[in-house]
Amino acid sequence: MKFRARVWKFPDNINTDLILPSASFYMTPEEQTRFVFQANRPGWVDQVQRGDIIVGGRNFGMGSSRPAARSLRNLGLCCLVAESVNGLFFRNAINFAFPSIECPGVYEAFEEGEIAEVDFDNGTVVNATRGTTLAAKMLPAKLLDLLAAGGVYPLLEREGFIAAKA
Amino acid sequence: MGMTIVEKILARKSGQAMVRPGDLVTVPVDTVVFVDTNFVNTRWREILKLDHPERVVVVLDHRAPAARPQDAAMHRTAREFVARFGIERFHDVGYGQGISHQLVADHAYALPGTILLNSDSHTGSGGVFNCLARGVGVPDLVYAATKGETWFYVTDTVRYELTGALQTGVTMKDAFLYVADEYGEHAGLNVEYGGPALPGLTISARKTLTTMSTELSAEFAVFDPDDVMVDYLRSRTAAPFECVRADADAKYRDVRTIDLPALQPLVAFPDAVIENSQPVSAAAGTRIDQAYVGSCANGTLEDLQLVAQVLKGRRVDPRVRLVVTPGSQNIYREAAASGLLAQLVEAGAVVTAATCGACGGGHAGVLGANETCITASTRNFKGRMGDMSARIFMGSPATVAASAVKGVIADPRELLN
Repeated sequence: MKFRARVWKFPDNINTDLILPSASFYMTPEEQTRFVFQANRPGWVDQVQRGDIIVGGRNFGMGSSRPAARSLRNLGLCCLVAESVNGLFFRNAINFAFPSIECPGVYEAFEEGEIAEVDFDNGTVVNATRGTTLAAKMLPAKLLDLLAAGGVYPLLEREGFIAAKA
Repeated sequence: MGMTIVEKILARKSGQAMVRPGDLVTVPVDTVVFVDTNFVNTRWREILKLDHPERVVVVLDHRAPAARPQDAAMHRTAREFVARFGIERFHDVGYGQGISHQLVADHAYALPGTILLNSDSHTGSGGVFNCLARGVGVPDLVYAATKGETWFYVTDTVRYELTGALQTGVTMKDAFLYVADEYGEHAGLNVEYGGPALPGLTISARKTLTTMSTELSAEFAVFDPDDVMVDYLRSRTAAPFECVRADADAKYRDVRTIDLPALQPLVAFPDAVIENSQPVSAAAGTRIDQAYVGSCANGTLEDLQLVAQVLKGRRVDPRVRLVVTPGSQNIYREAAASGLLAQLVEAGAVVTAATCGACGGGHAGVLGANETCITASTRNFKGRMGDMSARIFMGSPATVAASAVKGVIADPRELLN
């Protein structure tokens, strides 16, 4: 699994409520994407393009258990690379098939708009604009498999534990 | 080499002699707690098979009783799920109602050495019972409920040694604000609490710390077992359990001492609790529109008693709405039976049914544009309790009650001494 795209940068301790505000609780997942970062970066959802990458600081996705990672995936972002990813957000990211990886030094290694190449299989993050390479923390095979399966729900559906989506 | 409490439980549960930070382990899940927001149609997926229905708990708490038709619809889906699988531990609106983490304590659903998952982020609360309790998303919960297992990364642990006793007007909420301010976030780390102060700390007081450890971004938060904990559990359940202590030579990222008598009332300023607190004097005099005491962190009988103690012989300032939300109807009933409820209401507080309520901005006391609130609840993110422009300060129930009386943020020690 490998991605190449331009990056958007977000600082330390980005919380789930900025990605998926409570006010959008009863909206459809598609409608919820309109509210991503509305409070801290109004208008961003109109600038971001399918396939873009988020570069985050420390503890990206802190806060609630709400499916914030799903909104980032639904916006068309291909992956997250952060200094560190909040543990709860990380679980949701893998479960909703939004590839996320930790890479110390990544925040300083990119300016917004530069091109990143993220390789989940060999654990490298390349700044293709500058030609620099960083080592990311590799995901264990179990989690890579889960991402490849499309996340938890497609897996459970295939195994007959949950019903097909209505 | 020795293991921490978290490492020991994960080793035991994954059938290994030893686990180390960096390992990924697969473990059986003893208790799976669903809450009402899981059942909203945009999140819920119809479950066809449950691994062990008796391991499941279902709680309607975030929007209970229903504030709008969509809440009622979500609750109906939960009831259908409960009926389909014959789930006995169901806390519907009514007698058994409450916030899931408070009910886990009230009914001893989290036992030492076991693993509990709940899709609310403040699940770490159950770590007060020497249990590995973790907040996850709905997919993790559905996976655990259907397949009976989950995975965890083993991570490093920071240990906190609590010493001495808190002074009058200072609570474990202040201890949390101190830790969050002094040491910052604990992302990717477990926290283990113990030390000579434990015999003097009730389960409710300790639980404020484990619940709030979510706000440190901790993975697991867990207390050492002791007689206070065992007596609490034994008075509520006959189920067997085995307490887990760290090895003497366990390896910690850091060991830090919190000297409780040295603490003072603190207030977190709006939008964050990490490295954002100051002594109450720094915020004193700030006009408030609302004061709130409740949530899984501060809705216990002791919290209500502390509020009543501050309010005794006084009235809530007419410019302020003091909203008090007990953590469970068990607590509500106890407060009613002891006369505590009457004292609060007489002083001008509004006491709501047990629910997550205004803490999550769902209902029962949300904030309007440009309002200022001081809260003893879990979180003060921007927009958390209502309008995005509202300012949320966080303090202890004593500080909140004192501020409600004064109409401005105030030091509770002035009213308690």
